[in-house]
Amino acid sequence: MSTLKPITVNVDAYLGLNKYEVDEGNPHIEVAPEPETELFKELVRICPAGLYKMDGDQPMSVDFAGCLECGTCRIVGAGAIIASWRYPSATMGIEYRYG
Amino acid sequence: MADFDAIVVGSGCAGPVAAHELATRGKSVLVIERGNFAGAKNVSGGRLYTHALREVFPNFRDDAPLERRVVRERISMLEPEAGLTIEFSDEQMRDESQDSYTVLRAQFDPWLVSQAEAAGAEYIHGIAVESLIKDGNRVTGVSAGGDEISADVVILCDGVNSLLAEQAVGTPRPSRSSVAVGIKQVIELDEHVINERFTCSSDEGAAWLFMGDATHGHVGGGFLYTNKNSISLGLVVTVADMVEADTTIAQLLEDFRQHPVIAPVIAGGAVVEHSGHLVAEGGYNALPTLIGDGVMLAGESAMMCLNAGYTVRGMDLAIAAGMHAGRSAATALDNGDTSSKGLGSYVKALEDSFVIKDMKTLRRFPDFMEHTPRMFSTYPELACSLARQMFLVDGTPMKPVRKKAWPLLKDVGLFNLLKDARKGVKAL
Repeated sequence: MSTLKPITVNVDAYLGLNKYEVDEGNPHIEVAPEPETELFKELVRICPAGLYKMDGDQPMSVDFAGCLECGTCRIVGAGAIIASWRYPSATMGIEYRYG
Repeated sequence: MADFDAIVVGSGCAGPVAAHELATRGKSVLVIERGNFAGAKNVSGGRLYTHALREVFPNFRDDAPLERRVVRERISMLEPEAGLTIEFSDEQMRDESQDSYTVLRAQFDPWLVSQAEAAGAEYIHGIAVESLIKDGNRVTGVSAGGDEISADVVILCDGVNSLLAEQAVGTPRPSRSSVAVGIKQVIELDEHVINERFTCSSDEGAAWLFMGDATHGHVGGGFLYTNKNSISLGLVVTVADMVEADTTIAQLLEDFRQHPVIAPVIAGGAVVEHSGHLVAEGGYNALPTLIGDGVMLAGESAMMCLNAGYTVRGMDLAIAAGMHAGRSAATALDNGDTSSKGLGSYVKALEDSFVIKDMKTLRRFPDFMEHTPRMFSTYPELACSLARQMFLVDGTPMKPVRKKAWPLLKDVGLFNLLKDARKGVKAL
């Protein structure tokens, strides 16, 4: 795997334009307790919402509030890094206004 | 006696059409959608070929929320600072038997629902189906929002990332090599600005695909569709390739936005939505089992997606599959046999339709894409280099084009070029 080039995109700002009903304290994706760094790096690359982050003194972090519910991490992390994957409870999560 | 003749899980393109076909045949049908409204969870690139829609709703043009009819097809091969674009326009694109429209799903999908409801289908929004109820191998209903609801047949139209398909017919979770990740932004732009930039009227617009630097050479491509007051801009990149990349998919889109071919087209526009979607890219060979006892799969939940490189289709396949699923289910209900055998006419109908026929025709294409990385870097660069030799003039005496082209072709290797061309022709 190649080293990441500098990231200039502010995905969080884009996600801020979306409409969400966040299910506080009830994350719909569970990452394995001690994820392998190499596998986590894959999720950093493929998540279109940029939810999987590795920077600064917090080497691996994730926040599912901005999830786009695409399921890509479910496929990539199957059986290894993603401990469980379900959709947010009905009516919660992303609400696309354009799609 | 079951609660309903049929339950449809999910309201995208396939679900409401299946429900409509069942309801018009006098069957009781319930559609369960986890979003607050149909479309709330749905994303597509943005272009719908109308042929399948017309078969179910001949008068769809009267009131379906379509954005713009596509009258310009563009394909661009990009280098970081250059692009060679081919544009095709044809009066036949206005021919109602073969036209296509850009759509926004949060607007379009509720219209499909209204058609199904008008035919008598019942709807519940904001309830998720947690699991299927099975009696042995037979699906007998669904568990949704804590309630158990039974039906003689359950039609899964719950999308590409279906959590129920495995329970229904034992479909294994898709492999990395059979899916791509899609990322898209809807960029709001004044209707008249779009008209001017694409030299079109307010009802018409463009579909535009990109290869090469759109994905920085990764297996996949870019797309741009003109909506009425916005532009849909995005990328689709094969997952197996993207996990190895030196950048993130979101950064890739950011770079694409700033490419000199794209930047002036979206200038002054404001992003109003950022979305993601998994794309089934395995083609015919990755199609799952389509029926089981008391259960059928239609649309993306059955990985129905057609990629020919120059065009990508999913919605017309889903609409046709939904139609056939609804009709076959109604026949099976009439015959009192919704076992896998009784539902077999669905598979036959799909095999006789463009859905399976086209996927079969292109069955070699996914493998060709995956194993021909030159398509995504070398060839777009070659195209731009050739164009540069032809169009840039600095006053030094000209060389014949064949002499300019030869060193470029030699770099790629004529043998490689011939081999890839042969493979490509075979795959298409």
